[in-house]
Amino acid sequence: MPLLELDQVDAGYGAIRALFGVSLTLEAGRTLALIGANGAGKSTLLRAIAGLTPPSAGRVRFEGADLTGMPAHAIAARGVALVPEGRRLFASLTVEENLLMGASAGRAGPWNLQSIYTLFPDLVVRRQHGATMLSGGQQQMVAIGRALMANPRLLLCDELSLGLAPVVVRGLYAALAQVSAQGVALIVVEQDIGQALAAGDDWLCLREGEVVLAGTRGQADRGAIARAYFGSEAA
Amino acid sequence: MNAVADTLVQGLLLGGHFALSGLGLALAFGIMRIVNIAHGDLLVVAAYLGVALVRLTPLSPLAAVLVIVPAMAALGWLLQRTLFNRLVGQGDLAPMLVTFGLSIIVHNALQELFSADFQTLDAGAARTASVEVARMHLGLLPLATLALAALVYAGVHALMRHTRFGRIVRATVDDPEVAALMGIDARRVYAAGMALALGIAGLAGWLYGIKSSFNPLTGGNELLFAFEAVIIGGLGSIWGSFAGGLVLGIAHVAGTQVDAGWGAFAGHVAFFGFLFLRPGGLLARGGSGHG
Repeated sequence: MPLLELDQVDAGYGAIRALFGVSLTLEAGRTLALIGANGAGKSTLLRAIAGLTPPSAGRVRFEGADLTGMPAHAIAARGVALVPEGRRLFASLTVEENLLMGASAGRAGPWNLQSIYTLFPDLVVRRQHGATMLSGGQQQMVAIGRALMANPRLLLCDELSLGLAPVVVRGLYAALAQVSAQGVALIVVEQDIGQALAAGDDWLCLREGEVVLAGTRGQADRGAIARAYFGSEAA
Repeated sequence: MNAVADTLVQGLLLGGHFALSGLGLALAFGIMRIVNIAHGDLLVVAAYLGVALVRLTPLSPLAAVLVIVPAMAALGWLLQRTLFNRLVGQGDLAPMLVTFGLSIIVHNALQELFSADFQTLDAGAARTASVEVARMHLGLLPLATLALAALVYAGVHALMRHTRFGRIVRATVDDPEVAALMGIDARRVYAAGMALALGIAGLAGWLYGIKSSFNPLTGGNELLFAFEAVIIGGLGSIWGSFAGGLVLGIAHVAGTQVDAGWGAFAGHVAFFGFLFLRPGGLLARGGSGHG
């Protein structure tokens, strides 16, 4: 049984549909890189899995249970965590309070304050700082740490690299590799195809809300991906 | 000189009442973004609950508080779960309209149950007892009210700053969607917030019932004073409401020195003065400050 299974999922905002019949499966512990241009539906797909934008049609199954229509807080309690686009740290909380919020669902597992500070040593001296007083990279560490504190079985990461220097991004992906090694499954959204292909065991390309191409790391044909990414006329 | 000191001290004592009755209003706005137009009427409900308890049970007016506070907290939880949670994300106007409607329902229900006659929670000697300090007569009831107000404010501050519950409330106020990603159900947080707000309103309403005579319609004035205290202090700042209540109390007492009927008028003048000179409030800060 796959960890996560999407079957013909449609989702959108009001009258605007952003996803059209998206199906995918993810096995426990694997990393899926989700690539696609701006507006391809990558963030909506993550939001649909996490329950923030409930699917209007189709099914989302996680560990065999049907999540479709379940409120976001109940999905989180089952072990799905999302690092949202733009980080969205709690502005009136300190770094440590932000991390503690992640543990609110009370799931047991290897992640706690100590293991987060081991993963991101930069945060230790800033634990009592207001979360929004940190640099962008450090804020992203807090956002990842906060999601990990829930001890998720599936971690969804939306555009970790947005606005960050390449050296900082490399550090974040090195940390994600450690997370993956603990057996956590990941879906990583990136606009940077190179970064995405390097991080994922499998990849999947979305365009205009539909899956246009998918493969495993070995089968990444850059030309085919570029055509899928931009549409055939651009190739 | 002595008259000035007396005005200040009596003003602070009266201000304790305004501060305490404003806190529930400030919390409902700070946590749920609800401007609770029925807040004053709910203070009156707490006072009538005291009247009913004294009539129907062996409880004394002073002991009635032990039932009033939990009962009002339960009412707050129930109102939020059944009514106010439907208003989340519907803008600022919807909660005002709904609580305005609730206020009218409360007026009529209280008139039906208790008639329009004025009543009081007769605490006997405790109501008028006083102590003499530095040749000033200080009422025990106002002293107790101010002390309770300070205690409750300090308690709420500690709750919001230093507990898991407070952390969850602050995070939910910041971003309810991301809080949901952490497994937090905002509707439950709001229900707990309204229980806290009305539990404190229960305490304030009980003290109000002992201090003043009331009827089903006197809640309007209480809302006005509570509202002025919160606005003078600055929306979103808990300690601001405390300071605002004290300022309003001093204005009331100073007005009464000029003419016995000018207390509330002087309070309104002070309110407009602050609105004009310091529209953000006494303790206004950038961002959402809970504490």
